[in-house]
Amino acid sequence: MNLDFSDEQKFLKEEAKKFLTNEEALKKARNVMENDDAHFDNDLWKKIVELGWTGIRIPEAYDGLGLSHLELCVIAEELGKSLAPTPFSSSVYIFTEFLINFANDEIKEKLLPALVSGEAIGTFAVTEDLMAPTKENINTSVSDNGEISGKKIAIPDAKIATHLIVVAKHSSGIQLRLVDLSDKSVSIDHQKTIDETRAHYSVSFNNTPSLLVGSQSDGWSHYNHVINQSAVLFAFEQVGGAEATLEMATSYAKERYAFGRPIGSYQAIKHKLSDMYVALTLARSNCYYAAWALNSESADFELAAATARVSSTKAFNLCSQENIQTHGGNGFTWEYDCHLYYKRAKLLSVNIGSLKNWKNKLVNNLEKSNTH
Amino acid sequence: MDFKDTTKEAEFRKKCHDWLDANAPKKDSSKAISGVNDETEYLAEAAKWQKKKYDAGWAMLHWPKEYGGINASPIERIIWGQEESKFDVPRGVYDIGLGMCGPVLMEYATEEQKQRYLPPMAEGKEIWCQLFSEPSAGSDVAGLRSKAVKDGDNWIINGQKVWTSGAHYSDFGILVVRHDPDAEKHKGLTFFFLDMKSPGIEVRPIKQITGTSNFNEVYFNDVVIPDSQRLGEIGDGWKVAITTLMNERLAVGDANGVDVEDAFKLAKKQDDEGDTLINDGSVRDSIADWYCEAKGLSNTKLRTMSALSKGETPGPEASITKIVSANKLQSIGNFGIDSMDMAGMLRSDEGVSRSFQNAWLGAPGLRIAGGTDEILKNIIAERILGLPQDPRADKGVAFKDIPSGN
Repeated sequence: MNLDFSDEQKFLKEEAKKFLTNEEALKKARNVMENDDAHFDNDLWKKIVELGWTGIRIPEAYDGLGLSHLELCVIAEELGKSLAPTPFSSSVYIFTEFLINFANDEIKEKLLPALVSGEAIGTFAVTEDLMAPTKENINTSVSDNGEISGKKIAIPDAKIATHLIVVAKHSSGIQLRLVDLSDKSVSIDHQKTIDETRAHYSVSFNNTPSLLVGSQSDGWSHYNHVINQSAVLFAFEQVGGAEATLEMATSYAKERYAFGRPIGSYQAIKHKLSDMYVALTLARSNCYYAAWALNSESADFELAAATARVSSTKAFNLCSQENIQTHGGNGFTWEYDCHLYYKRAKLLSVNIGSLKNWKNKLVNNLEKSNTH
Repeated sequence: MDFKDTTKEAEFRKKCHDWLDANAPKKDSSKAISGVNDETEYLAEAAKWQKKKYDAGWAMLHWPKEYGGINASPIERIIWGQEESKFDVPRGVYDIGLGMCGPVLMEYATEEQKQRYLPPMAEGKEIWCQLFSEPSAGSDVAGLRSKAVKDGDNWIINGQKVWTSGAHYSDFGILVVRHDPDAEKHKGLTFFFLDMKSPGIEVRPIKQITGTSNFNEVYFNDVVIPDSQRLGEIGDGWKVAITTLMNERLAVGDANGVDVEDAFKLAKKQDDEGDTLINDGSVRDSIADWYCEAKGLSNTKLRTMSALSKGETPGPEASITKIVSANKLQSIGNFGIDSMDMAGMLRSDEGVSRSFQNAWLGAPGLRIAGGTDEILKNIIAERILGLPQDPRADKGVAFKDIPSGN
């Protein structure tokens, strides 16, 4: 029985933690939030590239480290804890995985080494309207000669990315299309979001050339596959965020005095923090299982991913909001960092689909596995 | 990461399984989860099963070799428990004896007493109970009031204990009482073991909200205990009790009963205004929540086992088990009754709906037994998160001067 990370993976996590603390990643997140022109922290991103993290899952044949999802999981947790303002999740959890899983050799040869070296940054575009994307409501179209037209919204990191995977409608079905964002037919506009430490954009395509990634007609299941994978990694980020906010609330409760004693000695606060600990522990344990299921391509992977996603979304939502509550008025100020986590928690709780939709996915999977 | 046993663990599991397979009937999962019907019959079955295990060396694995155990590691105890739970055998009757009373005797009793009491305990010939809680000392168990007065080589005990599992069929018990009301709360306590058939002991069953009786009140009227049955020094009662309570915390785990799988099965077939319940959004929402809790607990257990398997001390994560499982049980029990709409009010005698009703009725007790939700939350906050204790009105005060509300 070994539902735990290896010593090497734990070491990597420790190193990631040290690095992000030394780099003052949280301060950098605040800087991005407060500076309208800053969309990410370029300096931090360059160092992350130098550490080789962008190539963790990329095979050695393409200059990557050829490591597993488990290494990515431990890094995701630390990124979530530090709120590091970089395009890591868009490029590494999602774009890179689209290519590894579904791209042809030509695309892989061209882009995977560039993703490792940092010359290329990728992201993905699916949503078009103020509702959950489905196979049926995708209107961005791709013609037989591969030209895309339409508009996508809520796309992370589009301005600093070099490439984009677009979920588009073709006469034969939904397709994943690879777009070079430097093409003149593409226009990118910044969109203000609830978490300004992570910049998002709308992108319009006007007969934009693109390449097919994966199947002619089954792009929707490709999309879901990668989103399910990313759910596990985002869940680790959420666990990291939940832990950071529980730690903040705990240390504040020990220092802050009211009525002559630390507020942490009141049961109202103790029970609140204990509820946060319970939610975090359930989420962490479900994340570990999902990491195993992802890494071993277990048959119950989708269910495990949804379980981790739901538990972690709930945990980070709870911990980040009760962290503000524990801080009282201070927690509501711009100056304290509580709101950075509150905002990140909300962003992460919708970025690859809402809590309601992931719960639905979870129960759909239970129904599937019980039909035999 | 993997879910495999180590070679040694696999060998041990096979040994357990092979012996159980040859000696016990497999569980029938189609049976409803219910209480025990005939206690006398159940006790006789339990004694038979315990003796069988004893003869084959499976009765008290965790005990040291000198007392007939094999000094089993925590992981081996878990493996045995997992394998035994796959079989339809009576469990629970000897847990308090083997888990709490036995170890306390090993640490504090004389050699002669150990020779006398440990083998029949292990063999299932004598049942033991634990007498700690009192009407005015529940969560605050050190606030207990039952009195011990020294009389030559004996102690005279007067007072009342409560929530004593199995007192009515137990042969012996372990007991904490107050010998000095002038001392501070924790310092005036002394620990004994006693014969439950002693004159002056009266055992009355407590009728629970379930209508059944699993616990008792135990009254002491001038009960005589020889000083030789004192465990630990006079005034060390709390120290001795704490050791046993730690063992209890380890023992009280999952709330047994209906779980998310049962709720899911019910939702798939239960009609709800012309559709099945599973198609209702609020039902799907609840099932997802329960599933995350159930998996969260089982995966937490796997993490604890992983640490034990590597010979490491597990983290504090297992301390969430009872809070989460007892509340989940209550919530699922409510769901089972609500699912039948108006007909949910009808008490059923058997089957699935009985299981949900039993869960709903039993869960309030599970949220209290072995540490209330509130006490467990305090423990998480103080021992894991390191928050300061509440200021206490009973510190540095003679016990008799502590406000008691009456």
